[in-house]
Amino acid sequence: MEVVAVAVTKTTQKNQDLARLLTAASCALIGSLSASANATESWDVDSAFLLYTESDGRVSAAEPVISATKNYDEETKLTFKIAADTLTGASPNGATPSDQVQTFTSPSGKGSYDAEAGKQPLDDTFKDTRIALSTNWSAPIDRNWAYGVGGYLSSEHDYQSLGLNGSLSRYLNQKNTTLTLGVNLSSDSINPEGGVATGLVQVPLSSSDSEFTQRADSENKSLVDAVFGVTQIINRKTIMQFNYALSTSSGYLTDPYKIISVIDDSAGSNYGGNYQSSGRNLYLYEKRPDSRLKQSLYWQTKYQFDNNDILDVSYRYMFDDWGVNSHTIDAKYRFRFNNQYLEPQLRWYTQSKADFYHRYLNSSDYSSAEFASADYRLGDLDTYTIGLKYGYQFADETEFYTRFSLYHQESSGDKGYGKLATQELYPGLDAAMLIVGYKF
Amino acid sequence: MQKIVSIISLLALSIVLAGCSDLGVKPWERDVLAQQEMNLISDPIESSLNDHIYFSKEASSGGQGFGGGGCGCN
Repeated sequence: MEVVAVAVTKTTQKNQDLARLLTAASCALIGSLSASANATESWDVDSAFLLYTESDGRVSAAEPVISATKNYDEETKLTFKIAADTLTGASPNGATPSDQVQTFTSPSGKGSYDAEAGKQPLDDTFKDTRIALSTNWSAPIDRNWAYGVGGYLSSEHDYQSLGLNGSLSRYLNQKNTTLTLGVNLSSDSINPEGGVATGLVQVPLSSSDSEFTQRADSENKSLVDAVFGVTQIINRKTIMQFNYALSTSSGYLTDPYKIISVIDDSAGSNYGGNYQSSGRNLYLYEKRPDSRLKQSLYWQTKYQFDNNDILDVSYRYMFDDWGVNSHTIDAKYRFRFNNQYLEPQLRWYTQSKADFYHRYLNSSDYSSAEFASADYRLGDLDTYTIGLKYGYQFADETEFYTRFSLYHQESSGDKGYGKLATQELYPGLDAAMLIVGYKF
Repeated sequence: MQKIVSIISLLALSIVLAGCSDLGVKPWERDVLAQQEMNLISDPIESSLNDHIYFSKEASSGGQGFGGGGCGCN
């Protein structure tokens, strides 16, 4: 009897446990259902328009961007982005200025353009429109892991790029530390105006020249990037990130539109002037190595002061096997007032030149050059950006912002000799940028 | 130079990782860091526009992410 009583009690106990379990489970189910119903899968739209203008009638660009993010829950989201940009204006072709008027064959070989004496040679046939599409999905795997995958496609009349990327994150120390590994693969094709010119060969007079007729239509390049990052919450008001990035590119890395002047270094009346070949000034198409390995270290810290203002500082050190080393410091300070903010921004960048960068080549030894580029973007360069951003947050959590910034570039290097020494070989560049954005 | 940099970065990384266990906040202390403005990239569109400009005007790119790319502007 006693045994039966115990058995009955046990059964009742079991049933009670089961009931409790069921209640808990159904509560959890209903709870999670209503939670997901409350979180109502929402869309966030982020749109902006950029206007960029360089001084002296050089490049100007207009770029509208719109991105839409669907939030499934706090950590699961899908983003689509579309950007278009149009570029017009003139770009330095790489040749040195001269005391004579210089005539250059246009990239297509179907025309020519001049540079006045003493003026930096600019190719004014520069015009392009680009459309870029990208998408990204990110979601948690479990409590400790998350992943992201994405792809992009961009197209302009002489360049196409197709990319895929993925990332994996691991949370540690109650999500105070996040380790992230990201990989990006890209395959690009270049089909330059006029075909692919032969590097370090004299620029022909027109498209009827044999150098033009033997050209290939297109070339390829591929990129593999990997970023390993540690994000660490320091305290209630400070977050820090440390990244190491590796980027390899291989294939056609030359700029098909850039040329380099050959300067006469033999003693005589033309010392320091343009060297003559085939009865005209000798300009060669530039040529870069077919591979590049870039590495960078990146550190960023964001700190919120007791008055709610936010300081955002970052530093990047980059070095590559072309001999370029660079340092970048970026700082932003956001003054926050109820629903508005004002953010002054400063950026300083300095780079050392690539090993094969030359402002010009000498007539006595140009034929022994393996690679050469006079693209000032591969030379010794310092740049400065100063900007001010203003934002207004509406009651419905939409935000309007605008930013105006000035960008200044200063190049330096070998000053030349003879006639060349009187020319301005490293003109600076000033640009103004305006961004207007709306998030809703 | 490259060797020194890699050694320094490895050291820095291990210090960061070793120090991590003492750093951080409790789940209920995340109010400030949860603000959208405290995201490391709080304005992704603005950052991508910047990356695009600097990628086309300078020899460096990336660091924070993959940065720039996908255009024939460099």
